[in-house]
Amino acid sequence: MATPVETREPSRGWRVVARKELTDHLLSARFMVLLVLLALAALGSVYAAASGIRDVAPQASGRSALFLKLFTISADPIPLSFFVFVGFLAPILGIAFGFDSVNGERAQGTLPRLAAQPIHRDDVVNGKFVAGLSVIALMLTTLVLIVAGVGIVRLGIIPTAAEIARLLIWLIVAVLYVGFWLAFATLCSVILRRASSSALVAIATWLVLALFAALLVQLLAGVLAPAPAGADAQAVLHNAQVEQNLARVSPITLYEEATNALLDPEIRAVGIVTIQQLDRAVVSDLSLGQSVLLVWPQIVGLVALTVVCFAAAYVTFMRQEIRA
Amino acid sequence: MADPTTISAKGLTKRYGDLTAVDHLDLEVQKGEVFGLLGPNGAGKTTTILMLLGLSEPTEGTIRVVGLDPAKKPLDVKRLVGYLPDSVGFYDALTGRQNLRYTARLNGLDKGESEKRIAVLLAEAGLGEAADVPAGTYSRGMLQRLGLADALVKDPQIMILDEPTMAIDPEGVNEILRLIRSLAEERGVTVLLSSHLLNQVQAVCDRVGIFVKGRLIAQGRPDQLVADDGPVTVELGAHGDFATLERVLREVPGVIGVERPNGRSSRLWHLTARPDSVPAIVQNATSSGVDIWHVRRLGTDLADVYHHYFEQESNYGNAR
Repeated sequence: MATPVETREPSRGWRVVARKELTDHLLSARFMVLLVLLALAALGSVYAAASGIRDVAPQASGRSALFLKLFTISADPIPLSFFVFVGFLAPILGIAFGFDSVNGERAQGTLPRLAAQPIHRDDVVNGKFVAGLSVIALMLTTLVLIVAGVGIVRLGIIPTAAEIARLLIWLIVAVLYVGFWLAFATLCSVILRRASSSALVAIATWLVLALFAALLVQLLAGVLAPAPAGADAQAVLHNAQVEQNLARVSPITLYEEATNALLDPEIRAVGIVTIQQLDRAVVSDLSLGQSVLLVWPQIVGLVALTVVCFAAAYVTFMRQEIRA
Repeated sequence: MADPTTISAKGLTKRYGDLTAVDHLDLEVQKGEVFGLLGPNGAGKTTTILMLLGLSEPTEGTIRVVGLDPAKKPLDVKRLVGYLPDSVGFYDALTGRQNLRYTARLNGLDKGESEKRIAVLLAEAGLGEAADVPAGTYSRGMLQRLGLADALVKDPQIMILDEPTMAIDPEGVNEILRLIRSLAEERGVTVLLSSHLLNQVQAVCDRVGIFVKGRLIAQGRPDQLVADDGPVTVELGAHGDFATLERVLREVPGVIGVERPNGRSSRLWHLTARPDSVPAIVQNATSSGVDIWHVRRLGTDLADVYHHYFEQESNYGNAR
């Protein structure tokens, strides 16, 4: 060899990519706009919840999770609780930081140059995903801290250790949920060559899932397990179960079920509960471990959906030609 | 290293379904030379380059870059090879310097040293003043020069330049060509460049390969490719006694045919002649008393060269 090849360990390419992408995200206009929007929405909901919490406080006295009510109850004039807000707006976050990740490089003509550097090709997509997930985690954590801070100051309720733990686990679930949308948007950005079409497809999917999935699932369940008016209890129950299981294909359902159980220790089941089953049940809070156990399948489902989307994006990207 | 071959490809083939983009290409580039891949658009130049870099996998054939197989050791190859893609792009929001910094980091270069190196490269590329301006504001020529600097950040042994002068104004082209030439002469870098413009390839390349429809149909020094093969066409623009001129021209040894493509009244003459007779043609034409306005050897046009080799190619194809 004419010149000795460098013996230095190759730098971890994905870290360099992630670091650059993270800087880009944090300095981008979209980050600022989304942060301000989400912060306003969060503040609005916590303000309403704080006034609403006074009304529930008398009945809730003696319950352990009063602090968490900040995040879960809604009151006039803002009819959405904090976690519903996050559930609704989080997909936007994921899509915003993913929809142009790969096709943006293509459009700027930087992909061939990037790929010609001594990094593995998957470093590009891995680094970008890590950067996107970091920004999302950062934003959600900030929001939760803002809400918690406002709650502590305005209501004077100090969260217990169990509540903080619940909140942390919920935060992980929320990041996972946004991570699913990030992975999905990344997949769109790999498959579709234009950033605008990628954004459109991602947003359309989100809207369809958020608005029409319930209708579709109802229709499908009606076909698969018909329960006409006057059908016996067995058929009705079967229909409801089929409907619920179908709905659980959507990450939105999974996120909502997991959130409900994690933020409200009184919730003891996410499935269908018959009146017989509730008979003589003692009203008491579930421990944290039990709540997590209750929604473990939902959490695993979310992880699985995210992994599937990311894997699809990864494989497609690895097989694509670098040249446009 | 005993073997001076830096880039070698043997039987290199790339097929996309039924389309054969590169067809049994044999290529050797020696250390320290500037090699030009000359061919029309769509000839498979970019595909070949991507395979040399390990960015695209060959369907058949072997490649060695400094003795390494890019398909098996892509990182080692990419550490040694600087690449300027065609219509190179940079991150618009980052400055020229920040863009190069990113490349340095991706190459795992030491921060302090790469910072100095980047400053030097930017200055050499004539971007000293624009270094801290967002790359989105750069002109095409500036981007191209930034691309050259970018490919040099890793201090490569080999530079692969894909259409380095495309879409650049003539002044910018000269600047780029000067930079490329200095790469080979001052830094001892091996350069492989692709282009569809013969005069530019002639200006900088030590050797040229003519690449048509995925096949390398000829290679050699640029002047050989043009002159060695058969008669050339010389175009004369003349004023004066045409009868005398025609007689004089026909008497020059080596002249095969004289015709006036635009008719009897035209001042344009096309001579078919052996390449070595060109000086005599000019001499005799001038001394015949007519005024010669211009002389152009049409054989140096790339279109003619392609045409020439295409004819050979199709004859060869028929003979098979």
